[in-house]
Amino acid sequence: MTKPLTSTSRAGGVGESPVRPDGPLKVKGEFAYSSDLWIDGMLWGATLRSPHPRARITGVDIGPALAIAGVRAVLTHADVPGDKFYGIDQRDQPVLAIDEVRYQGEPVALVAADHPEAARRALNSIEVHYEVLEPIFDAHKALFDPTSEHVHPGTNLVRHQPVRQGDPDDPAVRAQCAVVIARDYEVGIQDQAFLGPESGLAIPSEDGGIELYVATQWLHNDLAQIAPCLRLPQEKVRMTMAGVGGAFGGREDLSMQIHVAMLALHTGKPVKMVYHREESFFGHVHRHPAVMHYEHGASADGKLVFVKAQIALDGGGFASTTPAVVANAASLGVGPYEVPHVKIDAYGAYTNNPPCGAMRGFGAVQACFAYESQMDAVAEALGMSPWRLRQINAVSEGSTLPTGQVIDSPVPLSEMLDDLVAMPLPPSEEFDLRRMPGGVSNTTHGEGVRRGVGYGVGIKNICFSEGFDDYSTARVRLEMIGGEPAALVHTAAAEVGQGLVTLKAQIARTELGIERVTIAPADSRVGNAGSSSASRQSYMTGGAVKEACAAVRQRVIELAGAPADAQLVGGKVVTALGEVVAQLADVLGDTAIEETREYRHRPTERMNPLTGQGNSHVQFALCVHRAVVDVDVELGLVRVVELAAVQDVGKIMNLLSLEGQIHGGTAQGLGLAVMEEIQVANGKVLNPSFTDYLIPTILDMPPMRLKILENADPHAPYGLRGAGEPPTLSSTPAIVAAIRQATGLALKRVPIRPEHLTGTLAS
Amino acid sequence: MRLKMTVNGESRDADGVWPGESLLYVLRERLGLPGSKNACEQGECGSCTVYLDGVAVCACLVAAGQAVDREVITVEGLADGDRLDPVQECFVQAGAVQCGFCTPGLIVATHDLIARNPSPSDEEIREALAGNLCRCTGYEKILDAVRAAARRKAAQT
Ligand code: FES
Ligand code: FES
Repeated sequence: MTKPLTSTSRAGGVGESPVRPDGPLKVKGEFAYSSDLWIDGMLWGATLRSPHPRARITGVDIGPALAIAGVRAVLTHADVPGDKFYGIDQRDQPVLAIDEVRYQGEPVALVAADHPEAARRALNSIEVHYEVLEPIFDAHKALFDPTSEHVHPGTNLVRHQPVRQGDPDDPAVRAQCAVVIARDYEVGIQDQAFLGPESGLAIPSEDGGIELYVATQWLHNDLAQIAPCLRLPQEKVRMTMAGVGGAFGGREDLSMQIHVAMLALHTGKPVKMVYHREESFFGHVHRHPAVMHYEHGASADGKLVFVKAQIALDGGGFASTTPAVVANAASLGVGPYEVPHVKIDAYGAYTNNPPCGAMRGFGAVQACFAYESQMDAVAEALGMSPWRLRQINAVSEGSTLPTGQVIDSPVPLSEMLDDLVAMPLPPSEEFDLRRMPGGVSNTTHGEGVRRGVGYGVGIKNICFSEGFDDYSTARVRLEMIGGEPAALVHTAAAEVGQGLVTLKAQIARTELGIERVTIAPADSRVGNAGSSSASRQSYMTGGAVKEACAAVRQRVIELAGAPADAQLVGGKVVTALGEVVAQLADVLGDTAIEETREYRHRPTERMNPLTGQGNSHVQFALCVHRAVVDVDVELGLVRVVELAAVQDVGKIMNLLSLEGQIHGGTAQGLGLAVMEEIQVANGKVLNPSFTDYLIPTILDMPPMRLKILENADPHAPYGLRGAGEPPTLSSTPAIVAAIRQATGLALKRVPIRPEHLTGTLAS
Repeated sequence: MRLKMTVNGESRDADGVWPGESLLYVLRERLGLPGSKNACEQGECGSCTVYLDGVAVCACLVAAGQAVDREVITVEGLADGDRLDPVQECFVQAGAVQCGFCTPGLIVATHDLIARNPSPSDEEIREALAGNLCRCTGYEKILDAVRAAARRKAAQT
């Protein structure tokens, strides 16, 4: 069902750009995504969801649904075989709602039927009696108003993380400031909007266990949550990664995994489940909306003196990854700048709004919009250029962050800004209606159109932080196949589109000096690889593959009787001086050499709960953006003309994939700046479709100019730095800054909508 | 009901089709052709683009009954065995494929564009592909792929 991938490209080690091994299958339509799986006699699963953001369940009648022809099972919380709760961080989320629903769309019951239409009809026939309650939807009130009701017994607070350094309230500190800027900012709810819907196939096995084919970001964490709910030992839940149609954080939490397995175990038949697009908007967590208050003080020569911030992140009905999102917002809350006096308080709240968790950028995105907006405001107040102000305050290697952590690898922010500013601006173009804001809608021929240029800088932590035991596992096997040395690389790491399958093969080629590499399907028969998130897989699974290859190489060298520092090159064992000791074919004969290795990054520490102090992060990655926009100030229409970016990745492992990550990350930042928001009223989602939730199309995306730097991180494999997230941070504030320059408006909320630009609404 | 249509040059039958089923559902779930994708099933994403009698359409918006006795070509019908169509080849080589969920729709839409307009300008490419969402690539490499495919097709003829 999920096939091993053998590269069509024979060459392509680390630093080259071989084509993806799954590319040919994907362009032919033959790559099996989780929604494409099919097996004889399978049933279709479907989920009944709460229409209310907050209600008590007083009764459920499944009788009428069971009576429908073709319906094989209708299940409620009473049918959950084991633990009734799961969750990625805290086990606080019911598999199926028990006595209360806490968000609109919370799963209440499940159906399996012969045809998806029969399943849909059955959903409509389940009678759920709700006692509707007033939803708690104002995160600020939920956190700070002592009279607020609670979403979970006793509390609406998921986490409060302070950061304290110096004393911004000391009058002597304030006396150093020539300007003090205090403003409020808001970020709306963004959706990952991956194109491949949540889906999968569960097949009951003869030993009472289950085979699960699903699209996820982290097989082993899914497994640890699924098995106890099914009351099965982990070895009886055999998980295989099905093709993943994008993730961006939205597949970190479970969606249909336990549900489809319950239906299959209950009916004894294979069951397939596929969310439709509207359901997908309710079926996964989103990016936390944020309400932020920032106060910056700076001296007359542009040095930041203090930053105070209060950041309230709305996590919705369940904890999900909110605790870690809060930690990122707090620890990265001033951005990549040196600030002597800092007081940050970041909060995560429970409400009855849509649940929020991981999305590309993870807590750093929201803070970045606010601190970068503040940097522009400070620069303006001092009459300085925005990039110059950033350079004056930029961190560099050896700088101390407000958490007390010293940055111990290159962060050449000042040089990156020099490079960015030196990039040519887009040439003036001949008039073409298609290049006007509004495009072929023919809304302007240039009248009312103003150009603006803006800058944005972002800093993101790479890998898991705060003392988490973060590791990945790789198994590498080397043997002769058809007279040629060939490696099989097996990990459980999720290929979500980023190109990890390509990279694993590149590393094996480089480390083993061979051409032919096969990538085994990711499954739970090999150890934990950790999550495909936090931009960590090149670092972690890349590191694991490198170490497993080194262990295999070691054994080959011993077998060959070669000196310990020998290398494998071009199918031969070669001494450090380039002398050929043996052919791999002769050393290996019929034996296969297989080694498994776990790779861990340097340990980190939890943030001090009162001061935020501690070496909480492993690695920092920066991206800087310049945006050029045209704004039709009469209609409030924006066209982003060009985006330029400079990013330091430590080591370019695969240029083609890397550029794709920067382009794609930048596009999601553009979406947050001017288009994308899940609109919610009274806890209910107003726009759960691609008709009403707009993501950038090819018409919305401008040409992108990139400059990529390689200042190696000495602690990381190959010196690489995680790259997928930083561009998502910096493109948003750059675009907003450019729109501010074009319009003169303050613009304190993203996404910006036309009515914010035409003065219809206060901006 | 029972339906008959020509798919990728072969006559195909589907049995037991419910009246509400779309062409996309029949292709994916009844004819074993899941190459056309189902990212929205509302005509908003283009991932299900196929040719119906030579015209590129969203298969999710076509009722299966409307395709009876007509000719459908899906992404699975574009390669010649292992020999990829130049459009497919260029998408792989340009790095235009990440997760690939948008890819089948974009391949068919690009194939159609180049057939109608052998050397499209960037503006024409953008107009033609405006109905095909991609969440991964930011479209830069897709533009590269389309330009390269147009050049390669021109060189072949
Ligand atoms: S699935 Fe047909 S347009 Fe989206
Ligand atoms: S490659 Fe993932 S949606 Fe386009």
